[in-house]
Amino acid sequence: MAFCEEICNIRGSRITLKRGGSGRKLLFLHGANGASGVRPFMEDLARDFDVLVPEHPGFGGSDEPEWLDNIHDVAYFYLDFLEQLNLRDVFLVGASLGGWLALEIAIRDASRLSRLSAVGPLGIHVPGIKRGDMFLWSPEERVRNLFHDQKLADRMLAQPPTAEQIEIEVKNSYTVARLAWEPRMFDPHLAKWLHRIKVPTQIIWGDSDRILPAAYAAEFARLIPGARVDIVGQCGHTPHNEKPQEFARLLREFCR
Amino acid sequence: MNILLFHLMPYADLDLREADKYPHSWVTLPNRFYDPKKGHALYNRYLDEMEYAEDLGFDAVCVNEHHQTAYGLMPSPIVTASALSRRIKRAKIAILGSALPLRANPLTVAEEHAMIDNITGGRLISGFVRGIGCEYHASGVNPTYSLARFNEAHDLIVRAWTEPGPFEFHGKHYHFEYVNVWPRPYQQPHPPIWIPSQGSRETIEFAAHPARKYTYLQTFSPIKAVAKNLLMYRDVAKRHGYTSAPSQLGWATPVYVGETDEAALAECSEHYENFRNRFLGKMSLEMLMPPGYTSRESARAIVAAKTAAHEKVDTRRADELGMMTCGSPRTVADRLIDYMTQIGFGNLLAMLQFGTLPADLTRRNMERFAEYVMPRLRQAAKELYGS
Repeated sequence: MAFCEEICNIRGSRITLKRGGSGRKLLFLHGANGASGVRPFMEDLARDFDVLVPEHPGFGGSDEPEWLDNIHDVAYFYLDFLEQLNLRDVFLVGASLGGWLALEIAIRDASRLSRLSAVGPLGIHVPGIKRGDMFLWSPEERVRNLFHDQKLADRMLAQPPTAEQIEIEVKNSYTVARLAWEPRMFDPHLAKWLHRIKVPTQIIWGDSDRILPAAYAAEFARLIPGARVDIVGQCGHTPHNEKPQEFARLLREFCR
Repeated sequence: MNILLFHLMPYADLDLREADKYPHSWVTLPNRFYDPKKGHALYNRYLDEMEYAEDLGFDAVCVNEHHQTAYGLMPSPIVTASALSRRIKRAKIAILGSALPLRANPLTVAEEHAMIDNITGGRLISGFVRGIGCEYHASGVNPTYSLARFNEAHDLIVRAWTEPGPFEFHGKHYHFEYVNVWPRPYQQPHPPIWIPSQGSRETIEFAAHPARKYTYLQTFSPIKAVAKNLLMYRDVAKRHGYTSAPSQLGWATPVYVGETDEAALAECSEHYENFRNRFLGKMSLEMLMPPGYTSRESARAIVAAKTAAHEKVDTRRADELGMMTCGSPRTVADRLIDYMTQIGFGNLLAMLQFGTLPADLTRRNMERFAEYVMPRLRQAAKELYGS
């Protein structure tokens, strides 16, 4: 399934948008590592959905607007984005930082959303559950700790990054720090309002996530009324990349 | 020529062998390695050393701020400066510096520095820093705002010292309905502001700007980097249409003076290497340069080069590179005068205790430095600068 890339100008801030497939609209919000390429899970989902994958402001090929200070700014930006593209009945899917962003959007205005799926979302803090500190990990540890299957990490580490990839990595890491350094990967005010999410919600988590342990899934389920939880076996922080078929199957099942 | 004693107050009693089992000597090295009884003795020993510096004729003693590390036991340099401010009667006290972005309320810096300036009758040198990258892990402050917070806090503090209060201040990071600092600084318009740095163009541009003309200090660098950065300062000054004075340039560096070159090297090697490779050097790039702390260009260069935060170096090599200077009184004096002649700095901040250097060696180092090196430096400065 072919994806094409365009530039969207939302009130003066330009972002890249990859779009492919047809059917119901699925907006995928990427995590800390950005969304510079077309991944197998995107191809898979494009068989059933009109898949939209933007790069957030401050990431990849998108602008770094002056107003970008915190996750709330990005959430409001996407409310503008949904309005400007006049998207309705959107299936909002977000992974990691993008999962957090999806929840911040949904507590503010879910009127253009049909359902919501958050994959290993950041955004809340649960006392007593030890999280990883990706800001202290070496580049190798950051890759290794993403995956359950270390063969995938080996493969990724065997390819030295190009100059362009380094540029994007550094840009992404600066934006991630801006959004998630302090408080570390959460918003102390999010948990208070998660009950406002009324659209059907799915929480997906890899059972051996080393960034945020799967125990977080239960806490999200407690805070979001009626949320369904799917745990992916033998999987790290990025089920969409590590187990793309199972990930796509879970999204389809949730939509049925 | 100002000759200053620089002290880090390291936790010299660290169990090095145990600490070696941990990846970092900052932020995550468990504080069970700190023994308060030993700490009590060390704090008092170090304060004695700084007080002794006045007797030996140093122009100032310098304290500084580091958090959650054995490298330096001054999370608050204000406490150290306060402890010294009633004992040291003639010399100046330099806080090099307070890490402005780490403060939730930078007005507390304006207040505390002004208090010390008042107590000492105007003998405070006020230094402002951003703090090294590790401090952003230790404090939680967002490193992507480090530079912006520094600039805003600086402006606020200088205004608080110089403009009649109360006035209101609304920046991006700090908001005050009432800025009205009591006490006002003793020195008018305000204490001298010095900027210690490892050297970045932005910092040098900031310090050398004609509206500020702040003294810029290059810290713990090979002499080539010292020369490059201090020359950059002079070039920036020239570009702004003025000639910078030697008093605007400084260098902080470890120095060890022994009876002979061989004795000096033998006595200080282990202690210098502990300072360089264990207390300072055990730090990953992720710890030293959190995202947002440096310019994007330097971050990219670092990723591409896969450099270590600090390469290990032995004392002989460090001496060759001019990262430190050790030798007989004559060797040290000749070398420092040579550097001064080449580079033109008017402030030398000699760190005469470093790493695990024990009390007796520290004292002898200070005495030899004061007796032999200091007069020759002053004489050379008189010939070079006329003062």
